[in-house]
Amino acid sequence: MATETPVKAGKTVKFIITRQDSPEAAPYTEEFELPYRPNMNVISALMEIQRNPVKTDGAKTTPVVWESNCLEEVCGACSMVINGKPRQACSALVDKLEQPVRVAPMSTFPVVRDLVINRERMFNALKRVKAWIPIDGTYDLGPGPRMAETKRQWAYELSKCMTCGVCLEACPNVNDRSSFIGPAAISQVRLFNAHPTGEMNKAERLETLMEDGGIEGCGNSQNCVRSCPKGIPLTTSIAAINRDTTAQLFKNWLSF
Amino acid sequence: MKGNSYLARKLHSLLGVVPLALFLVNHAITNYSAFEGGPEGFNESVEMLNGLPLIFFLEIFGIFLPLIFHGVYGLYVAYQSNWNNSRFQYGRNWAFTLQRLSGVITFIFIVWHVYQTRYQVLIGELTHEQLGHQMHEIFTNPVSVVLYTIGVLAAVFHFANGMWSFLVSWGITVGPRAQRISSYIWMGVFVIVSALFLLSIAAFRSDEFAETAAAVRTWIG
Repeated sequence: MATETPVKAGKTVKFIITRQDSPEAAPYTEEFELPYRPNMNVISALMEIQRNPVKTDGAKTTPVVWESNCLEEVCGACSMVINGKPRQACSALVDKLEQPVRVAPMSTFPVVRDLVINRERMFNALKRVKAWIPIDGTYDLGPGPRMAETKRQWAYELSKCMTCGVCLEACPNVNDRSSFIGPAAISQVRLFNAHPTGEMNKAERLETLMEDGGIEGCGNSQNCVRSCPKGIPLTTSIAAINRDTTAQLFKNWLSF
Repeated sequence: MKGNSYLARKLHSLLGVVPLALFLVNHAITNYSAFEGGPEGFNESVEMLNGLPLIFFLEIFGIFLPLIFHGVYGLYVAYQSNWNNSRFQYGRNWAFTLQRLSGVITFIFIVWHVYQTRYQVLIGELTHEQLGHQMHEIFTNPVSVVLYTIGVLAAVFHFANGMWSFLVSWGITVGPRAQRISSYIWMGVFVIVSALFLLSIAAFRSDEFAETAAAVRTWIG
């Protein structure tokens, strides 16, 4: 169908967006009223504002800045707080949102500008816990040990993590007074420790979580598991790693 | 915070169970003897406890020091959290906030309660036999009854929900089903232990404790 979806005359959607001009600037809100289109999501609304950056009061403004990439909830780039809940903007359908739609950056992270945040701490956390499987050698190491299918099934669920940061935003213990690493990296430790080759570096990953800024900051509010857009069993991962770190603690104490 | 916060947090968690949770349950049972056996029953229980071997060291290392560490470090843990219940109104998130709130209430309550009881014994103002009467005197003031009820419920909630968290933090209840069943069990424990404390508050308010107190007073007097 080449014909464009007709814009219903008069029907509009309201957006209240929390903006910030630079990392140090104070945040402020701006209101926008956009023509409604069927099936629009928060990203398409932001695109509309980008095309025509005019506020509800008719004054021109700068286009709202945001990040997005895959538009199918697998990349984790468009995380923002929509009507109070951190989630992916691409899967936030306007039809299912209460009006006016309030959009704000996930301010647990440093805000770069408007809705763009810096999730670097999550990638640093993945580096700290070595969330990978070392297979490089100077010669062909041959095939690794096989993974049981029953294990692969639950490990696959953990591998869906897209480092979007929603779990950190929902967590009451991720803030500047606490050094908690956050749920995502802990679940990744469980994933890579479950892998038969990754398991060879199990102790190393656990010991990182037993340092300052590791697993100890978890306070069991369990907001993470309720918020994860990928439905990852984060609290199960945390409890499982609690078990493993406890075992590691006694192992370390008793082995010298 | 300097040093390894993992070990500090683990110690905090362990001390909450051994000895503090054990002490709290023991305290509830001791107090309940006031409801079941009146002043005689209560005094017998107090005597039995004070007859324990090495009671001085038990009190210092089994109660006082663990309580100080758990309480002070607990205040730091409470300070570290950003409560977000208006945004995330889930049951467990409420329990998270209540755990910290009840911890702070319990801390203040225990300081007050220890001042009124154990400290008075320490400075020689009271004997162990007069504690039942002291509680009666405290409870003649209805404000104290209300404050004690709040303090006791906060302490028992902190204990019951803390036990639930302990089982998660040490990796004993891992899956969602285990954690759900655990929460039912600890909710039940909360009700039972709260009932023991509330019944003992009612018992201390009865005239029985006023009379024995009078008797003790004339006897000492």
